[in-house]
Amino acid sequence: MADKTNSLAQLSCPAPLPVKDTVLLGHGSGGRLSADLLRAIFLPAFRNPVLARLDDQAVVNVNGTRLAMTTDSFVVKPLFFPGGDIGSLAVHGTVNDLAVGGAKPLFLSAAFIIEEGLSMKVLRRVVDSLHAAARVAGVEIVTGDTKVVEQGSGDELFINTTGIGLVPDDVELSADQARPGDKVLLSGSIGEHGIAILAQREGLEFECPVESDSAALHELVADMLAASREIRCMRDPTRGGVSSTLNEIAEQSRVGIRLEESAIPIREEVRGACEMLGLDPLYVANEGKLIAIVAPEAVDVLLAAMRANPLGRKAQVVGTVVEAASPIVTIRTALGTSRIVDMLTGDQLPRIC
Amino acid sequence: MKYLDEYRDARVARGLLAEIAREVRGHWVLMEICGGQTHTIMRYGLDELLPPNLELVHGPGCPVCVTPLETIDKALELAGRPGLILVSYGDMLRVPGSTSDLFTVKAKGGEVRIVYSPTEALKIARQNPDRGVVFLAVGFETTAPANAMAVWQAKKEKIHNFSVLVSHVLVPPAIRALMTSPECRVNGFIAPGHVCTVMGYEEYDGLVRDFRVPIVVGGFEPVDLLESVLMLVRQLEKGEAKAENQYVRSVNYQGNLPAQRVVKEVFEIADQKWRGIGTIPASGLRVRDAYSDYDASRIYGLASITAEEPAECISAKVLQGMKKPTECPAFGLRCTPHNPLGAPMVSSEGACAAYYNYRRQFSVSGSQ
Repeated sequence: MADKTNSLAQLSCPAPLPVKDTVLLGHGSGGRLSADLLRAIFLPAFRNPVLARLDDQAVVNVNGTRLAMTTDSFVVKPLFFPGGDIGSLAVHGTVNDLAVGGAKPLFLSAAFIIEEGLSMKVLRRVVDSLHAAARVAGVEIVTGDTKVVEQGSGDELFINTTGIGLVPDDVELSADQARPGDKVLLSGSIGEHGIAILAQREGLEFECPVESDSAALHELVADMLAASREIRCMRDPTRGGVSSTLNEIAEQSRVGIRLEESAIPIREEVRGACEMLGLDPLYVANEGKLIAIVAPEAVDVLLAAMRANPLGRKAQVVGTVVEAASPIVTIRTALGTSRIVDMLTGDQLPRIC
Repeated sequence: MKYLDEYRDARVARGLLAEIAREVRGHWVLMEICGGQTHTIMRYGLDELLPPNLELVHGPGCPVCVTPLETIDKALELAGRPGLILVSYGDMLRVPGSTSDLFTVKAKGGEVRIVYSPTEALKIARQNPDRGVVFLAVGFETTAPANAMAVWQAKKEKIHNFSVLVSHVLVPPAIRALMTSPECRVNGFIAPGHVCTVMGYEEYDGLVRDFRVPIVVGGFEPVDLLESVLMLVRQLEKGEAKAENQYVRSVNYQGNLPAQRVVKEVFEIADQKWRGIGTIPASGLRVRDAYSDYDASRIYGLASITAEEPAECISAKVLQGMKKPTECPAFGLRCTPHNPLGAPMVSSEGACAAYYNYRRQFSVSGSQ
């Protein structure tokens, strides 16, 4: 025994793995791996000033008209989940990416990649839902595409939507505009979409009353812009959750962001599910929430406008933008201590125990 | 939320901190065994709130961190075999083996599935009767009953395509190894509440007696940990060494006897390698001969796979509380969760990852 323990201190751990030469699932998680992929592959290839802003939508000037354009692909599994389905999500996701740029969404395209064998009934249900969501959001599907792939080459159904909207002349929202002293507003409770989906996943099924928050946010954004133009930027914290969105804003604006843990609204059911699964709600996806960085003097009027809209009823000030030597997001705990809220490296992994 | 909010109550926590400050006189080094406890300490910054003469060091209780390299290599080998399904808890997927990790094998076509419970793996075996399904059964005493139950159930149902690749570690032998080490500075232990929910704390009596070291079974919330610290401080200041239980809402002296029975039925105690530490005698579990048809290591001929761990990071010292993660020259620079040099940086429960995720701003700048 003594011999063995003597050698304990000398034994050690493994060498690093070589740099990844394969695309991993984590590259699609919206966290640090996704950011790396952008920086390593896509940005250098497509380099241009509009793309370089890395906002959720591109705003381009066409003959004096400010057009917002965005695209998003939907690969959610299962196709139907409490609170929505891939069809409604495909509308909400793209409408929201336009809306958080201050744009009024107008037109959408819809492209379907269908795995052979998908039941017509399922396809019809998805298309009906997509159509209904578009009508509610006031956008029209004006073009589309259909591809069918062999069994095994897709997973039932993928949808891509591209959206176009108009940005008013005096609206200029961008993630590089956060300034020290600005406040961070959150439109409601977090983590509901991610938990609703996770509860349905194969191997993880658990009974859970949480519904996805999937919703179109353009009216909430319009209400906010009508109340004040002192909004620096808006984002919808989807993949990677609130933490990834705030880290991106901190990075693009070269500032720090300080959150108050007790101010962040989280529903009991979501908290419970996160506790059970060992997940942090700050990293769980939302599909009907927005984060706004706003001038401190505009907080009251904006909160009032948000709370008057059903999608912003639980809006809160959750943090403050601060000066920082390097971009960082921190959170103050109930005990008064601070910790870092980092961007996820890959997917948030269920813990062992 | 019941059973959570009251243990995260800032007022109660401040009261405990004040009491600790009032009662502590000596300089004491306390070790929490479990990675979940380390996580809470870092997340809430409890170590910063304690008086400076109380030092918290972090123990070897992160199952991901101590699973030996060769077990990961065996899992990688199985996951790469055509027709085989490897089923695992999620956080094992990123742990580096000798040449790869499960995420990468999965990306290259290996079939790797994540579950929360081994009974889900058994379900996958039932649904795929013509394919081998291997569950990567790792962890401490906490996960052993569920893993044993899955094997027991498979045998009962005559499910022959299910097996387990086992790397189970036990807490008391690890504490014994730590205390026997000449470099050990630990004056008191916070024992892992989840492990003790299964095992009780009877088995700590011998350790307390042999090493005159107080051990308090602790929970995982801030109030649990502060109360455990207070209980240890009281014993240390009085010169006592007892096994006590703070986590009374979950743990009793004898533990969960039916759970222990199923573990004994399927597994037997064996020498076990700990990643970053080495072999500790009688510190693990292996599948009994009566269940050898469910032992993936035997049925897939994996015994020949061995791996030596190259000396690169200081995880051995971190896992034994001899060094803080921030004392490693690679910490936060060459070694990050994105590009880990060692297992404690991989798992969310690893001590290095906890420091990195919650503290690097303070520690990389050297102010710790």
